[in-house]
Amino acid sequence: MSEHIVPKKTYYAVFGALMALTAITVFVARFDLPWILNIVVALTIAVTKATLVVLYFMHVRYSSRLTQVVVVAGIFWLVIMLVLTASDYVTRGLLAPVVSISAQ
Amino acid sequence: MAQSEVTAQHAIAHHPALAHHFENMEQQREASTLGMWVFLITEIMFFGGLFLAYSIYRSWYPQVFAEASHHLDILLGGINTVVLITSSLTMALAVYHSQVGNRGKLVLFLILTMLLGLTFLGIKVIEYSHKFHDGLIPGIHFHYEGPHPQQAQIFFWLYFAMTGLHALHMIIGVSILAFLIYFAWRGRYSPEYHSPVEISGLYWHFVDIVWIFLFPLLYLVGFHVKG
Repeated sequence: MSEHIVPKKTYYAVFGALMALTAITVFVARFDLPWILNIVVALTIAVTKATLVVLYFMHVRYSSRLTQVVVVAGIFWLVIMLVLTASDYVTRGLLAPVVSISAQ
Repeated sequence: MAQSEVTAQHAIAHHPALAHHFENMEQQREASTLGMWVFLITEIMFFGGLFLAYSIYRSWYPQVFAEASHHLDILLGGINTVVLITSSLTMALAVYHSQVGNRGKLVLFLILTMLLGLTFLGIKVIEYSHKFHDGLIPGIHFHYEGPHPQQAQIFFWLYFAMTGLHALHMIIGVSILAFLIYFAWRGRYSPEYHSPVEISGLYWHFVDIVWIFLFPLLYLVGFHVKG
């Protein structure tokens, strides 16, 4: 298996997409969207940009399976850290407070 | 006699850059890439910790974070985003020219990447000095006009910790580029051996990705709220 050389054309296309997404994220951020849509849109665009960089600029799309597994495993561990911690902070106060026996 | 023949053949086929513990150049290149990715994952995890801290404090004080973010310059942050993405393109093109063995263009694109990196750092210096003059450095001299200055201080603590660590990575990246430019100019890299260029590229793109998240989270978070 020899090294895959990504054509320059691909790099220019990814660069164009990254620039366009940057412009979109600045444009959309000006509008007061309902609910938490502002942050959802901002993060969706950021994740899309990061994915483009990882797949094409960092060659992961053309890398060996071993490298791909390591990359996915790393991101998976990051998600564990973020989601499990958030599951604590976000759900605090959802349950009715426990009334202690001594207070009754 | 057979032994010495094998040794002689080995000496002929041996690429000068092949370390003795690897079977061939292919395996050596694969190991470099994998090793760099393992390192980058440790980087993802520690930057991840800061993003986690940001998420929790932001979920607690959304209004204060939006209000405090008005003190950041969206124009300068936006220019820096464009500068950094462009530097990722020039880095990717540098890797391309190392793969096809075009020494002149390899050196050219490495220099362009370095100049863009220095531009980013220069703009960061301007931003930091504005914050310093406005008294927005967390600590005993922190001065903030809006409501809830203590919560705003957390925002600025996160701003300086995250962009500061990012800037440190940029300084390291620019230093690595200086070495790459020197060795590329000396003709050390070839289509058979250019792993240093490739894995330095991985590092540079990673630092770009961190900024891709920092820009919307720090600069744009309060854009939709009237200041």
